[in-house]
Amino acid sequence: MITVFAVFLLTLLVITAVAIVRTENLFIAVMLAAIFSLLMAANFFILDAADVALTEAAVGAGVTTVIFLSALALTASQERAKPSARMLSVGVVSVTVVVLLYATFDKPRLGDPNAPVQQHVAPWYLEQTPELIDIPNVVTAVLASFRGYDTLGEVFVVLAACIGVLFVLSAGTSGGPQPVRPETPGLRHHLIPKVVGRLLVPFIILFGLYVQFHGEYGPGGGFQAGAIIATAFILHALLEGESAGLRAIPRSALLTMAAGGAIIYAGVGILTMLLGGSFLDYSVLHSNSVKGQQYGIIAIEAGVGITVCGALLAIFHAFAAREQS
Amino acid sequence: MEVLGYYNYWVFAVLLMIGFYAVIARSNLIKKLLGLAIFQSAVFLMYITMNKVEGGTAPIIQKGVVDQIFSNPLPQVLILTAIVVGVSTTALGLAIVVRIKETYGSIEEHEIFEADLPK
Amino acid sequence: MNFSEHLPALQVVVPLLSAPLIVLLRSNGLAWAAATATSLMAFAIAVAITLGVLDGQTFPYSMGGWPAPYGIALGVDSFSAILLLIVSGASSFALLGGRPSLNSQIEAHRQPLFYAAWMLALAGLSGIVVTADAFNIFVFMEISSLASYVLIAGGPDRRALPSVFKYLVMGTIGATFYLIGIGLVYMMTGTLNLADMEVRIQGVADQSPILVAAGFITIGLALKAAVFPLHAWLPNAYTYAPHMVTVFLAACATKVSLYVLLRFDFFVFQQNLAGHAFQFATFLMPLAVLAVVVASAYALFERNLKRLLAFSSVAQIGYILLGASLVSTAGLTASGLHVFNHALAKGTLFLAVACLAMRFSSLHLQDLSGAAKSMPLTMAAFCIAGLSLIGVPGTAGFISKWYLIGAALNEGALGIGLAVIIVLSSLMAVVYIWRVVEAAYFHTPNTSAVNIKEAPRELLIITLLAALANIYFGVNSAVPVALASDAANLLMGHLQ
Repeated sequence: MITVFAVFLLTLLVITAVAIVRTENLFIAVMLAAIFSLLMAANFFILDAADVALTEAAVGAGVTTVIFLSALALTASQERAKPSARMLSVGVVSVTVVVLLYATFDKPRLGDPNAPVQQHVAPWYLEQTPELIDIPNVVTAVLASFRGYDTLGEVFVVLAACIGVLFVLSAGTSGGPQPVRPETPGLRHHLIPKVVGRLLVPFIILFGLYVQFHGEYGPGGGFQAGAIIATAFILHALLEGESAGLRAIPRSALLTMAAGGAIIYAGVGILTMLLGGSFLDYSVLHSNSVKGQQYGIIAIEAGVGITVCGALLAIFHAFAAREQS
Repeated sequence: MEVLGYYNYWVFAVLLMIGFYAVIARSNLIKKLLGLAIFQSAVFLMYITMNKVEGGTAPIIQKGVVDQIFSNPLPQVLILTAIVVGVSTTALGLAIVVRIKETYGSIEEHEIFEADLPK
Repeated sequence: MNFSEHLPALQVVVPLLSAPLIVLLRSNGLAWAAATATSLMAFAIAVAITLGVLDGQTFPYSMGGWPAPYGIALGVDSFSAILLLIVSGASSFALLGGRPSLNSQIEAHRQPLFYAAWMLALAGLSGIVVTADAFNIFVFMEISSLASYVLIAGGPDRRALPSVFKYLVMGTIGATFYLIGIGLVYMMTGTLNLADMEVRIQGVADQSPILVAAGFITIGLALKAAVFPLHAWLPNAYTYAPHMVTVFLAACATKVSLYVLLRFDFFVFQQNLAGHAFQFATFLMPLAVLAVVVASAYALFERNLKRLLAFSSVAQIGYILLGASLVSTAGLTASGLHVFNHALAKGTLFLAVACLAMRFSSLHLQDLSGAAKSMPLTMAAFCIAGLSLIGVPGTAGFISKWYLIGAALNEGALGIGLAVIIVLSSLMAVVYIWRVVEAAYFHTPNTSAVNIKEAPRELLIITLLAALANIYFGVNSAVPVALASDAANLLMGHLQ
């Protein structure tokens, strides 16, 4: 049954992707991309990747779509057809795919427990996590501790994107506080979105906090929580208008959040160094190394959540508050 | 399971092709970014496909349950990172597209190219 | 742990942590000072690491205290030391002298974000160099790429925007190809640590996924390194970037990708794939030769000074690849040396360009007529660096060309052909550098250019210092040669 469902989902994915490329209406393309992300999330879930599914749904289908739509509002909603070197592109693309298919014929088949991927490093994580870190979610353990340095890098990628978007979109402005688009009533005059939306916002935030603090026990953690909480504030800004959204959390606070979360994360690393361990070796944070690991993970997950939430909101407002030329 | 094993990889290859085609052949900059997103998603699918273990479940250890089979946590961690990287790239790309629209008045690659040709 | 054991981690963490701190500084003077201080600190760490490496240390480091294949490991060798020196050195030179140029190109209110992005680029490039983990390379590659897109987008000309968009698209495709490659290798070996991969890949019975992985990784990194014919993003990105960003990125960015490419290929693939050394050579050597010849030819006819130098960069990447494609100790020594010496020469040339740009509104050759009369010191620095780029004895560039020709001549008949190409392309470099010199020294100044003064003092001093470094390392080449030959032995040592 699951197999049939999976094949169905995968086929839908391909169809959606073709539709995204073919349609000339960019608005439709973006909405299809959101559907694509949701299908992808469902697919990840079938493949036992709950954390990834949650992230793809929150980040891919949620935040990305909103950013795309606000960019569309500033650019164009229709693609113009043009003459192009179509044959060349088909050629390059076909070669890539033929090469890939050649490689896949020798790949271990799906779900093979004896495949090389399932040996070596992966079982070690599954065996050692209860003993060394003692949290149920192994994905969080690997993410935050065993490969915590990657995750640190990831937080700085988000920070880089935030800095980048603010920098690029600050061109052509005088530098003072950016003017907010004056006439942005949001959806206040629509009764149903207003009532439902207002009811939803606190619950989304609550759910975000749950995902943040429950990350050690179930799917979730800083990235998902940051994205979910950011969505709640974006919804609020869409409902009440841009200026009300910025009153809730002003721009400078968002930038401080994005930078502050990254500082918390790297700061934990510096602290462990000062306490005599390696960078990000949380064991030294407490006399009991397992406790130390758990404290460290909670601290850096908080840093991740703060940066992701702040950065995504700052990016959203940078687009949404920009005057249409 | 046998069919599905390869079907996942084939869908990966086809999605990669579709995304790559959109990036190369489409002239609209937003379409290019959408293509890029599909292109990256395809790779996520490849990684997540290899994390699956037959009869396994998400790698969340429950106390008291023994002999559980878990899927591989590592590809999941890598893809969590990659998803966030993808969104960051898209956001920065869109910011640049918005600026291009403001300075050139177009987001079609060939029109931008023509606008800069010496007259 | 004592302090010196932390050096490889600090090399990355110091600039990384400085970025959010600079974001919080709202004053641009402070932001510049903080960025410069951080960059100098990174340079000091790189020098300390280099001294350690020359003493035979390798600085192994386990992030989070987890042992190697499970956690992420860092490590440094002579090859990394060369890269660390040029990355942090180029950043420090550009920041120390670049304030007047940056002030004229980046609006004051945007500067804190700009310097934060600069620090992220520095941290990302250093992070790629010191890590020993395949996926971690991807993460830091993305930090450095996103930050470089931001830096280039700071260029005041509107053409910076489409250029940076092109760079973003091609860069992302390159990074994703790399991700596919390491995914395939991981699928077959179950590990992400480079040293561990090297061992475990030997047990893989079926080589076709590994071969495909090698292809994806090579093409992905070649895109990032602007290897001919995948260099399309480079000329415009370098031309329209702020001048100081060009100094920084032209000196080191593409070379870091080349470093990853060589490291991956020599450590992981070469000894494990049947006949891979041959595939590597036959695939890359023609590209390298084409890069040298075609890009030099483009430079011959280019009228915009910055773009001329950018095309020359594509050609120089060709030299580095050419040395590596010989798959010999001598060839790799030449490559390592050229990584270092080209960074010196091209960094100085772009510094001189930044000086000229302070006084001339256009960088087209005809607009620079008589520049040497009003800016003699700048043009002197330009000439020294130009000679170094050509490879005239007494300059740093000569050392690497000498080693490169020597390595080529070891290869018999093919080698003679290659040596001829190297000499011919050097003559092309003579011509394109001469075109600039001719315009600056022998054409009568435009009427508008009569009252032009020398560049601002700090920028000029840094430019002259960089020019002197070209001479210094041309005369005292012991340290770079020691590092490069050690690096070459290390790379070749993995082939049995």
